[in-house]
Amino acid sequence: MSIIPKKHEMPTQSPVLRSRNFEEVALGYDEETAVSEAERCLNCKNQPCVTGCPVHISIPDFIAQIKTRNFEGAYQTITRSSSLPAVCGRVCPQESQCESKCTLGIKFEPVAIGRLERYAADRHNNALQSEIQKPEPNGHKVAVIGSGPSGLTCAGDLAKKGFAVTVYEALHTAGGVLVYGIPEFRLPKKIVAKEIESLKALGVSIETNIIIGRTLTVDELFDMGFEAVFIGSGAGLPNFMGIPGESYKGVYSANEYLTRSNLMKAYLDDPVTPIMKHGKVAVVGGGNVAMDAARTALRLGAEKVYIVYRRSMEELPARKEEVEHAMEEGVEFRLLTNPVEILGFHNPDVPRDERNGFVTSMRCIRMELGEPDEKGRRRPVPVEGSEFEVDVDTVIIAIGTSPNPLIKSTTDGLEVNRRGGIIVTEEGLTSRAHVYAGGDAVTGAATVISAMGAGKTAAKAIMKQFGIE
Amino acid sequence: MYRIINRKELNRTVTMLEIEAPLVARKAKAGQFIILRVDDDGERVPFTIYNADPERGTVSVIFQVLGATTKKLDQKRPGEYISDFAGPLGIATNTEGKKRVCIIGGGVGCAIALPIARAFRKNGAHVTSIIGFRSRELIILRNEFRACSDVFRIMTDDGSYGEHGNVCMPLVEMLGAGAQFDEIMTVGPMMMMKFVVEAARPYRTPVTVSMNPIMIDGTGMCGGCRVTLHRNGERITKFACVDGPDFNGYEIDFDEAISRNRMYVDFERRAYENTCNLLRKREEL
Repeated sequence: MSIIPKKHEMPTQSPVLRSRNFEEVALGYDEETAVSEAERCLNCKNQPCVTGCPVHISIPDFIAQIKTRNFEGAYQTITRSSSLPAVCGRVCPQESQCESKCTLGIKFEPVAIGRLERYAADRHNNALQSEIQKPEPNGHKVAVIGSGPSGLTCAGDLAKKGFAVTVYEALHTAGGVLVYGIPEFRLPKKIVAKEIESLKALGVSIETNIIIGRTLTVDELFDMGFEAVFIGSGAGLPNFMGIPGESYKGVYSANEYLTRSNLMKAYLDDPVTPIMKHGKVAVVGGGNVAMDAARTALRLGAEKVYIVYRRSMEELPARKEEVEHAMEEGVEFRLLTNPVEILGFHNPDVPRDERNGFVTSMRCIRMELGEPDEKGRRRPVPVEGSEFEVDVDTVIIAIGTSPNPLIKSTTDGLEVNRRGGIIVTEEGLTSRAHVYAGGDAVTGAATVISAMGAGKTAAKAIMKQFGIE
Repeated sequence: MYRIINRKELNRTVTMLEIEAPLVARKAKAGQFIILRVDDDGERVPFTIYNADPERGTVSVIFQVLGATTKKLDQKRPGEYISDFAGPLGIATNTEGKKRVCIIGGGVGCAIALPIARAFRKNGAHVTSIIGFRSRELIILRNEFRACSDVFRIMTDDGSYGEHGNVCMPLVEMLGAGAQFDEIMTVGPMMMMKFVVEAARPYRTPVTVSMNPIMIDGTGMCGGCRVTLHRNGERITKFACVDGPDFNGYEIDFDEAISRNRMYVDFERRAYENTCNLLRKREEL
């Protein structure tokens, strides 16, 4: 049998249609496409794809099960390693992880592992749910701080072993970045809600509106009888550029913009939380968050949306599919461009002019790539005298986030690095006994899957602490 | 869900709600705030804590009916519930080690100024209070302030009660007569706080201001509440929710803060009208 050289295409909503609605963009494979894609897998003995997966899913095994139409079996294989398969199938950067190691990828396109993972998960979630068996309690209590990907993973793994797990969430809804950050059109909220429901069915208790570091402290959690604590509080603090004009009205951090739209549902027709919807929007940055913000802006009704990024297409850190989708939808890429100042409206004669203080434009400078930096990426350097202005009404700053200092500042003996990331051992243990940490709170802004991997590692270490296999 | 225990109308537009939130009540200190949502589709709105009672497990907030959310909140009666109530947020006001302080509250800001005045008093400070309102029918907490102040002045813009004028007038008078304060603490409309800073400037009396910018999460995540400080010729960005809400009044860029707080005025006006219409329709039915 000859090998199909390309991945089966993912059916999507047409760019024209989807750029004005918040429905999911990628529609998912149907059964025949999934089986046919699974048949492309060579089932290599050395399983290189598994080494590319931060949580080491038995990829060839679940693909073989899809091949034989044992879809529930495939789902079970995935969940042995991943607590959030429907999420990862959608948001993992597969091209730089599992799929980058695929043997087929040497000559052809790699197997569409992510799409198959999503298929197995969606198929399971859409089927009638079998009753989840609550494991026998093992008598140990663990507190998890934050209900994002690392916290949910850690909680799920521990609950499966009979730990009594309580997850504390500062916001009013569980899910962390999966609900406040990643937009509906890329990760529907009902999928996150479903994953959280299955954790609850396992016995995990989720307490919202509790800010650890304020409402309760880590030390109080131990006083309350918890024997171990996992900190998965994420990288909440948005970075700004430090250029003039960042306080004008219309300048948002990507966190604020996305939170208003996603968590607070400002995209609805008659929202209770406001957001600037019209005019021209510039998004500064080139990561997934920047793509999410740009595509959200389009859907909110912006007349023009620019991605402003200081390096070139090659260095763009966003997931490839998101960049392609953004381009198809009409986002304009202004590459090798860096903002130097944001300008605002001033009517010196009428101080009460309602337009005063709103963004009018952004001054940028062209960049060229110079010598590689310590990470091997070519450093962008400004081209002298190349400054120009772009008319914009909204500027969204998506240049990364830093770990939130709230827990650090209220927990004695918890050591952090220069960037505010919590310092942990390979097993996820912090400088405090029985306190573990993982995800963006440790690494600074990274991916959903690496946070899940860290949650898993810590769960394993916590099990070891109590001698549970 | 968080139960309303008590409700009291302090005047025509200002209401106090006592809400059951034992974990918040245990921790809350003067100057801190909470974030609440009235119902499941509601916006997140910050309110400063007026009182916390750890024994009763309750936290009280005082608010003026200004927008859609406060209008909905004002409809709630004891025994009813609100969806979300999170806190305490922000850094508590530092009320320790001061011998003589002047507390200046304006309008509904007095609801925050009062627990701060009480905390200073409890820590042994001599407390001068100046509170101001637009007119007689908008006055709140007059007796409570009098009870915790060594010197007490009350102002109305239209002279319908107390002294005629704004809160800066007695301040300037006292400072001019040689009054010495270790600190002036002011809570109220941004414009008022700006003028308090200007009034105190010639005397170099330290002024602490309690900022109330627009915010969403209250934990440092969105950065919407950022304020600019001018310190030694440098611009410093701080988040009011985690670095504040109290700041050195001389450093705050008030013009920027005032402008930023007006970002959504059109939206808020429309949302308020819609809510009023909705409530009216419900009453008619």
